[in-house]
Amino acid sequence: MSALRQIAFYGKGGIGKSTTSQNTLAALVELDQRILIVGCDPKADSTRLILNTKLQDTVLHLAAEAGSVEDLELEDVMKVGYKGIKCTEAGGPEPGVGCAGRGVITAINFLEENGAYDDVDYVSYDVLGDVVCGGFAMPIRENKAQEIYIVMSGEMMALYAANNIAKGILKYANSGGVRLGGLICNERKTDRELELAEALAARLGCKMIHFVPRDNIVQHAELRRETVIQYAPTSKQANEYRELARKIHENSGKGVIPTPITMEELEEMLMDFGIMQSEEDRLAAIAAAEA
Amino acid sequence: MAKDIPDPIAPEKLIEEVLSAYPAKAAKKRAKHLGVAAPAPEGETEIVSKCDTVKSNIKSVPGVMTIRGCAYAGSKGVVWGPIKDMVHISHGPVGCGHYSWSQRRNYYTGTTGVDSFVTFQFTTDFQEKDIVFGGDKKLEKTIDEINTLFPLAKGISVQSECPIGLIGDDIEAVARKKKKDINKTIVPVRCEGFRGVSQSLGHHIANDCIRDWVFEAGESAHEPGPYDVNIIGDYNIGGDAWSSRILLEEIGLNVIASWSGDATLAEIENAPRARLNLIHCYRSMNYICRHMEEKHGVAWMEYNFFGPSQIAASLRAIAAKFDKSIQDKAEAVIAKYQPLVDAVLARYKPRLEGKSVMLYVGGLRPRHVVTAYHDLGMEIVGTGYEFAHGDDYKRTGEYIKEGTLIYDDVTGYELEKFIEQIRPDLVGSGIKEKYPVQKMGIPFRQMHSWDYSGPYHGYDGFAIFARDMDLAINNPVWGLFDAPWKKSA
Repeated sequence: MSALRQIAFYGKGGIGKSTTSQNTLAALVELDQRILIVGCDPKADSTRLILNTKLQDTVLHLAAEAGSVEDLELEDVMKVGYKGIKCTEAGGPEPGVGCAGRGVITAINFLEENGAYDDVDYVSYDVLGDVVCGGFAMPIRENKAQEIYIVMSGEMMALYAANNIAKGILKYANSGGVRLGGLICNERKTDRELELAEALAARLGCKMIHFVPRDNIVQHAELRRETVIQYAPTSKQANEYRELARKIHENSGKGVIPTPITMEELEEMLMDFGIMQSEEDRLAAIAAAEA
Repeated sequence: MAKDIPDPIAPEKLIEEVLSAYPAKAAKKRAKHLGVAAPAPEGETEIVSKCDTVKSNIKSVPGVMTIRGCAYAGSKGVVWGPIKDMVHISHGPVGCGHYSWSQRRNYYTGTTGVDSFVTFQFTTDFQEKDIVFGGDKKLEKTIDEINTLFPLAKGISVQSECPIGLIGDDIEAVARKKKKDINKTIVPVRCEGFRGVSQSLGHHIANDCIRDWVFEAGESAHEPGPYDVNIIGDYNIGGDAWSSRILLEEIGLNVIASWSGDATLAEIENAPRARLNLIHCYRSMNYICRHMEEKHGVAWMEYNFFGPSQIAASLRAIAAKFDKSIQDKAEAVIAKYQPLVDAVLARYKPRLEGKSVMLYVGGLRPRHVVTAYHDLGMEIVGTGYEFAHGDDYKRTGEYIKEGTLIYDDVTGYELEKFIEQIRPDLVGSGIKEKYPVQKMGIPFRQMHSWDYSGPYHGYDGFAIFARDMDLAINNPVWGLFDAPWKKSA
């Protein structure tokens, strides 16, 4: 057995992290990898395409029912899905109460201590939107994910979020061993999207791992609670995910310490691409339109 | 007693020596908290005076051992805790409530566990799931259980520990809901320990909650009388409020509320109907008195019931706010207790005269007890506060003599050094300081808890105070301090 490889998917909310990660992991199984998914989002939607079910019971909800995590057994919280992929969800409170970040820490500690990480080749963390607090940074701390993959698109806020996540990685890269694996661009069909993604990757000093084209078949599969790999294994889109899986697999140990940029630099980059006006030009344009 | 007393050291030189142990940055910061009482500047009254150049009420320097507490300690431990017919929930994990359980000796009458709960410890005992999923439901359940188990509890206060603020629980919403459900006063107090620089902010927050959650409810049915006064900021440590109250009653005043030592919720509610607020601990309760003055027109004044000089001066000052009948009674009361004072002084003054004292206490006593020592012929050579503000230091000038060493938020190292160099005849401070000082061969009295004695307020308290200081200083044990085999022949 090779050394345990731990990776994590981050990215702006709604960017398609869970969809991309589950499709990629389903393709990774074809490379004979044994996989554990750790969903780190209170919405608990990181494993449904693998399990072909509605949301699975989460570590934290079961712990709350039983009293505490000490009262749980690993079997209670770990389900096995598509081709043997092991699935867990941290879970967390309803929006607006409690501390979801603490929940992520509790759940990950429980899984590790109870042997969920034994007998797998990959642990994959799927983490919510932004690194809002220490809890959601748990997967990028020492002895957790070696590489982070940021799912993004050509939308400005996705670029902004990607840069922010890179800042979080930079912080922990210096104190621990985490690296930025690269960017995964999930096509939104925005202006000059591929070039922009490549430009950001260059600024961050990392690779643009793969450009995943937009294809409605992803939706069709998702509505059937399946990955594209399972729903349409011979489709073009399935091959895209296979390609992404292969690239991630071969990217082992090739992560980098990112060089995040400032907000001004990010805007300048968009201006260089001609898709954003300078503040002065824009204000002048607004004034002209209102006049 | 083989005390190795060094030549008297100039306090300025002592400060310099102590600061020299720090890195430059820390020394610069700490220097602002250490000083020597100087003559009042030209044109200033003495009150605005000798030691108001000392910096105070700012963050302790990281790395030092500060003696301060936290906002929760100020609210739960000091202000709310003594209100006897309310249940005070330490809301959060078990430790804060458990380790602060019964730490202050707030005496009270009543049947514990039936209508009084001061020495009980209530906590919501947060577990990991309460942090993750929020603790509001658990708080509701706790309030219901308290209401069932202790039906005579008049109200409940929720004392927030740190996690409540971190996870953003809405305890105000719970308080409003449960007040409707059980029709009792519920007070949510946002006194998370990480707020502010010391327990002082906890006092302020607690005062504000009295204003917003007790006064606003407006439940009082008290019929105001012409001689109604409140005792404010007396926590009845070892019975202090009781030995104060009898004097006020003897001069013809009607004490309608005692805050918050031996207090009931009704007394808190009635207080705005009094004519005058008499503040003992200014630091912890001046806020609510200023509010009562503005909103309810209740005047306030400070007084001091430590030692006969201050007691007499305070009784006269209080009486001056009322008519001649009260003033005459005040004189009669002072005269009545004079024989007691004379007897105490006759017995203890010869044994204590000329002895030097260093103090380090909370926010009031470092100045308030000074004159009581003076009455016994003793000298204060150094004093300082854990959590005083600028106005406290101004007031301190009234009490101390020039050349007194002043130390604000003193560090463990500084205090030990000062004591070691000055070697006073007595140190008055807290439990953490007691044993190191005694091991240095110096007599010690706890001045937070009265060392399990008291009361020290009032004439009765002065007799006990004098006896206790004598017990500490003239204890024969100090003659046995050196090992017999080390004694020179």
